[in-house]
Amino acid sequence: MIITVASGKGGVGKTTVAVNLAIATGATIYDCDVEEPNANIFLKVNLQKIEDVFLMNPVFDLNKCTFCRECAEFCRYHAIAVLPSDILFFPELCSGCGGCKIVCKHDAIEEGKRKIGEIYHGKNEIEIYQGLLNIGEARATPVINQLKKHVDKKGIAILDAPPGNGCPAIETMHGSDFVILVTEPTPFGLHDLKIAVDIVRKFNIPFGVIINRYGIGDDSVEKYCNGEGIEILMKIPYSREIAELYSKGIPFVKEIKEWRKKFVELYEAIK
Amino acid sequence: MKQIVVASGKGGTGKTSIVASFASLTKAVFTDCDVDAPNLHLILKPEIIEKIPYEGMEVAEINEEECIKCGACQKACRFGAIENFMVTEEKCEGCGVCMLVCPVNAIEMKKRVNGYVHVANTRFGEFVYGLLIPGEEASGKLVALVRQKAKEIAERKDKNLIIIDAPAGIGCPVIASLSGTDLAVIIAEPTMAAIHDMERILEVAEHFKVKAVVCINKYDINEEMTKKIEEYCRERGIEIIGKIPFNRKFTEAMVKGKNIVEYDKELADLMKEIWKKVEDMISQK
Repeated sequence: MIITVASGKGGVGKTTVAVNLAIATGATIYDCDVEEPNANIFLKVNLQKIEDVFLMNPVFDLNKCTFCRECAEFCRYHAIAVLPSDILFFPELCSGCGGCKIVCKHDAIEEGKRKIGEIYHGKNEIEIYQGLLNIGEARATPVINQLKKHVDKKGIAILDAPPGNGCPAIETMHGSDFVILVTEPTPFGLHDLKIAVDIVRKFNIPFGVIINRYGIGDDSVEKYCNGEGIEILMKIPYSREIAELYSKGIPFVKEIKEWRKKFVELYEAIK
Repeated sequence: MKQIVVASGKGGTGKTSIVASFASLTKAVFTDCDVDAPNLHLILKPEIIEKIPYEGMEVAEINEEECIKCGACQKACRFGAIENFMVTEEKCEGCGVCMLVCPVNAIEMKKRVNGYVHVANTRFGEFVYGLLIPGEEASGKLVALVRQKAKEIAERKDKNLIIIDAPAGIGCPVIASLSGTDLAVIIAEPTMAAIHDMERILEVAEHFKVKAVVCINKYDINEEMTKKIEEYCRERGIEIIGKIPFNRKFTEAMVKGKNIVEYDKELADLMKEIWKKVEDMISQK
């Protein structure tokens, strides 16, 4: 079973939920927040790099090139500029679609590859896979895509999604059996939750909501969920103890035993 | 004209609350570049004067009647966006390779509206924000459009400052928010996760040659971690422009649709000191 833990707003507790749920159920974690992966800060597994992530990039053979501009005209990302006797290539704009090589009539384009990220794996009591986007690279989705190839559907797979409602979050939840949307009971939390709900509904993925830091803010998130018929799976109260454990990188199910049971019950309810 | 971006790497560290408070302290054009989960408008309460549709990348569309199900497009698509002779729109990157390889011209690239740029007036002045339609892609380009619009307005209104509320992360929309700015104010939090993320966003700022300073929010939830941030910054010559305590008044203000400068006198004084430092840094440049 694949469970994605997502949220519209950042910093509302996705990783907290993902890590605690994994520890309580023995699930494997896939940290799909490849821009800022945090799950292993709490798990402290010794990670090993298992793969590099490459994007295909054109390599131009200037001896064969006639500077006809067909490749530049085809490229919708404006990654190629053709000068009278040279080619300028902007790798950060290239999507790696391979179209330039197809349109080139002079066989002047080869495919090279450019490293944009890495995949890590490790295991102690919990198994974790993590993607990491290189600094300065814009495209997170190819890293997430490659990371997700390791997902084992037979066990319990928990995907820790990046924040926001953009392509990286959508790439993560694609193909999941269930999405947990984490939020906080504030106007910002509610606003971004509504966008996230629109998306999971559009993709027809069953979902429920967890309200973290319950007690701060107002009751508008609860009212919204009740009005929309959205199940509130769990409320995690705001507590100084939980916040301090978080700041030190300690999953709170390890210190506050009754929460382990609650996360097991959460999984039973989702299943 | 100067541009300041407020970023953090990690989400939820207080970027938007801090940007909203700056709105009370300076005359600038404000922008929200967190286009897939914008929040600044909830505090600034804009009166929209212009809503500009944004067309991102085109999306492939297969004409079922003309399709001969040869599979050439599926084979050529690097993004796995075509399955069973149908396009999964969220996966389509709009490259046009499928249209190129289709032997019977059954594929067209369709334009569509991915989001909007809103130009608005607020009680603090001009405000430009983007909003991506839920589930749409290419947010980096929408960010670029928001910034371009803000620049036009700043020029027209004779304002020499733009303040940008950036999204979380370090990828495409963050790079689009940060590149070419004069100063990045990085909002950190004294938690292990936020320190890790701060280090990565600082590297991104360095990569794009943007000067960065750090502001520590909720510094008193773990003073030991706060010291670690201070040490990290001192070693690298990164200035810390302020430390904000954890205070429920920030959430209370947000619930009331106000910024902290409007809501609490004591915290307003602290924000003024922080803003003063930002202003000094910008004028030094």
